[in-house]
Amino acid sequence: MAKDSKLILDPLTDNNPITIQVLGICSALAITAELEASIVMSISVLFVMGVGNVVISLMRNIIPSKIRIIVQLIVVATLVIIVDQVLKAYAYELSKTLGAFVGLIITNCIIMGRFEAFALGNGPWRSFLDGIGNALGYAVILIIVGFFRELLGSGSLLGYKIFGDSVAKTGLYAYGYEDNGFMLLSPMALIVVGIIIWVQRSRNRALIED
Amino acid sequence: MEKRTEKNTYTVLFAVGMVLVVGAILAYLASTFRPIIQENERLEKQQNILYTMGVNNNTEGAANFVSTEEAPKLFEKYITKQLVIEDGQVKEDKEAYLIDVKKEQTRAKEGKTRRLPLFIGEKDGKTFYIAPIRGKGLWDAIWGYVAMDKDMVVQGVYFDHKGETPGLGANIKQRYFMDDFYGERLLTEAGVFKGITVSKSNADPTNEDKNDYEVDAIAGATITGDGVSAMIKKDLRLYVPYFKQIKNKG
Repeated sequence: MAKDSKLILDPLTDNNPITIQVLGICSALAITAELEASIVMSISVLFVMGVGNVVISLMRNIIPSKIRIIVQLIVVATLVIIVDQVLKAYAYELSKTLGAFVGLIITNCIIMGRFEAFALGNGPWRSFLDGIGNALGYAVILIIVGFFRELLGSGSLLGYKIFGDSVAKTGLYAYGYEDNGFMLLSPMALIVVGIIIWVQRSRNRALIED
Repeated sequence: MEKRTEKNTYTVLFAVGMVLVVGAILAYLASTFRPIIQENERLEKQQNILYTMGVNNNTEGAANFVSTEEAPKLFEKYITKQLVIEDGQVKEDKEAYLIDVKKEQTRAKEGKTRRLPLFIGEKDGKTFYIAPIRGKGLWDAIWGYVAMDKDMVVQGVYFDHKGETPGLGANIKQRYFMDDFYGERLLTEAGVFKGITVSKSNADPTNEDKNDYEVDAIAGATITGDGVSAMIKKDLRLYVPYFKQIKNKG
């Protein structure tokens, strides 16, 4: 049991997919300009990874190793399309927010990475936990980055103005505060991720490689 | 000894089987959901069109449509006429709003005549002429609806996009951008079509000047903004003959 809980908890901290395994960086940079987008992406990846890991794990003994990457790709793509279709039918507004991410989920290397590294060699239950754990680890970083980028870049969180109105110069803006538009661009996401990596490793020296 | 799953015949059979299974699942889902999705899209078009003529649930700073339950009723109430302009001929068509602008643009490219839908709305004694437009953003399609008065002065717009960057190009559907178009002119004093440019250098960020044929661009969304300018210029130009016609009539 103790080992099972490690599958969920490890990716949150000491084996985080983004900050330690350095997977899924591309999507972490692309979609974290707003907190809402980060959350939607996190939930989508959570579903795709949880189910995908189980499917691959169930099929692990019958997948021909020569085409296993293609099989993995098909599983991810199918799941993503199912998510997209269900949302389009029953949560139309949300599906439009997700629209931009469908392609990004398929190319997310965390998903393929965990299929390849874990689900192909472990049972369905443990693969499920591993999928959920890694997706949550991904979500934590995405939400932290999205939080700071939207707050400092647009002065808002989930679309609500936190610092007052930048056009009418109310709230903080009345004192000369300005949003940092650079935060909205991808390079700043990389820098924020870098800062998280730095903080994490300075708190836990065991993570520093030689 | 070779494992069973390593054999070439097995690999090929597995691939074929997998494609069949996945294909069947996706085809089943697509056909099950198609009517629901089409209905969602139909209601959304009605919401979009109503939005441009000020029939919406906007709150301060945020664009909100009327609810999907109310949309058909309000659409019936406010949209008094739906027209299709084809080769200069104007016809009424109750389902003009379902015309797929993308398909019509393709037809035009193939040298066929393009059907131009135009919706006429009446609200508080004012008449709105609402036209759909469509173009390219940075990543994918962008589209929208523009409501004009009889002199082609913009009375409201709604823009949407398929996959523009969140926080940057995706903000074309934010009120602070769309509201800037209100009152902008499409025709010069002489009646020549000029369109509206999304400009980074108009030195008019609060958009006081309504006669400059420019609105302020979104920082970091240059290509999406250029796409908006282009689709306004390209698609709305086609409606100029119709507006000339109604002007001459009365």
